[in-house]
Amino acid sequence: MIRLEHVTKMLGTRRVLDGVDLEVKRGETLVIVGPSGTGKSVTLKHMVRLMTPDEGRVVVDGDVVSEATGSALEKIREKFGVLFQGGALLEWLNVGENVALPLREKTALTEDEIQTKVREKLSLVGMEGDMEKYPAEISGGMRKRVGLARAIVRDPQIILYDEPTSGLDPVSSRTIDRLIESLRGELGVTSVVVSHDLHSALSIGTRIAMLYGGHICELATPEAFVKSQNDEVRQFLEAQFITRRGEWEKHGV
Amino acid sequence: MGFCREAGRALILLFEAVVCLSFMFKRRSRREIIQQMFICGIKSLGVITVVATFTGMILALQTGIEMRRFGQEVFIGAAVMVSMLREMGPFMTGLILAASVGSAVAAQMGTMVVSEEIAALELMSINPVRFLVMPRLVAMAVMTPLLSFYSCVMGVVGGGIVGLTQLGVPWSAYIDNATRYAMNKDLFVGMLKAFLFGVIIVITACHQGFATTQGAVGVGNATRRTVIMSFLSILIVGYFITRLFYV
Ligand SMILES: Nc1ncnc2c1ncn2[C@@H]1O[C@H](COP(=O)(O)OP(=O)(O)O)[C@@H](O)[C@H]1O
Ligand SMILES: [Mg+2]
Repeated sequence: MIRLEHVTKMLGTRRVLDGVDLEVKRGETLVIVGPSGTGKSVTLKHMVRLMTPDEGRVVVDGDVVSEATGSALEKIREKFGVLFQGGALLEWLNVGENVALPLREKTALTEDEIQTKVREKLSLVGMEGDMEKYPAEISGGMRKRVGLARAIVRDPQIILYDEPTSGLDPVSSRTIDRLIESLRGELGVTSVVVSHDLHSALSIGTRIAMLYGGHICELATPEAFVKSQNDEVRQFLEAQFITRRGEWEKHGV
Repeated sequence: MGFCREAGRALILLFEAVVCLSFMFKRRSRREIIQQMFICGIKSLGVITVVATFTGMILALQTGIEMRRFGQEVFIGAAVMVSMLREMGPFMTGLILAASVGSAVAAQMGTMVVSEEIAALELMSINPVRFLVMPRLVAMAVMTPLLSFYSCVMGVVGGGIVGLTQLGVPWSAYIDNATRYAMNKDLFVGMLKAFLFGVIIVITACHQGFATTQGAVGVGNATRRTVIMSFLSILIVGYFITRLFYV
């Protein structure tokens, strides 16, 4: 569904992505892991053309995103919902207005239809009681949940999550993980999750990709991933107390 | 050199914002524009009142002291009125708005870049220029001339007070003198200047804000550069407008 073909990107003086090849299949949840600063967010941004590759290209459903402009790009972006690291809510709009924004600006729905949809999505993330609150008045975890509600309000086929659980307490993290799983299960959306939290990655991912040194150094199912022989993967696993015998199942997930 | 490049980029942003003006009369935009008018206009009213009044008082005092030697104190009316209308009104208003509204807009846009709100808007295919820049541009283009006119009125009042209390010029003679020598041209050129200053401030602020990199430090830089760039542009543009109309 999404294919990165040998994507290379220089940022500043550093070659952040150095020939990334990656395919996301329809209906799967692909988790991209890796230490911070390796270019996971940069990879996500290429999928929706917030960044353009220096070399290589990005294809979504047969359309070349990395070359699309204007209404063609708009059409491709409509397939996506993106949850940004901090939620990226507009500070001067309240929770309800933030979620309603894409509908108000981009669809011809009536105010009643918009309200119904906003309520439906907010209750999905457990925030229907906080419609009137402003982003500054709610916690980081709640902001992310509202950001998720906004991301899915137009029923996208693909959802990109940038560190959906980082900086959250374990309970909120688990809530978000469950949301990601249920969106895949019930609505059949394709998801790409960026995370450096392996426990969460292993529990929600159908496949795990490890980004290191500018390319994908491992791509496997969770079961195979924990048994990987790749040095970087091993180091990364051990840093999070996950050993070869698959003990990760005991750890909090 | 850097200044010219930045100015060029800002001009491109201005062009994009002007293209978006066609959305100005949509109901949602209208509400946003009115809100922005309130934020940038009404909230600056207090400081503009004080600055303009004292500017007029200083002008009256300085010229009055000189003119008293020739027994022509009543001419402070013309002096205050003409210099407020032509130069000081728009200039003072411009500087105040650059320091208050300009820096606030730059900080807001910069923060929105850093927290990925601008990226989120782009993904929703909501053009940030239409959604954020256009309403602020319209608001400032309307409010700066109005505030500038208001500051002229306050300056003339301030001058009159000094005339009355310090120089013994009766109020009616002062006003009579002030209105006799001021021409419509002075008013229009002043308003034109204020209009341009308003546009310069918004576009500089939005451009600098959007160009923010590197988190909170970047937001600080964007704010600082906005104030410096607007001050410089206001001085330079102000000089050339004066030269164009009065030389
Ligand atoms: N807009 C940008 N300009 C310059 N450098 C950037 C930009 N975005 C990211 N980088 C750099 O690219 C590298 C990878 O960033 P990122 O993808 O955010 O890492 P992460 O894997 O933690 O999400 C970092 O070293 C960062 O400094
Ligand atoms: Mg990141």
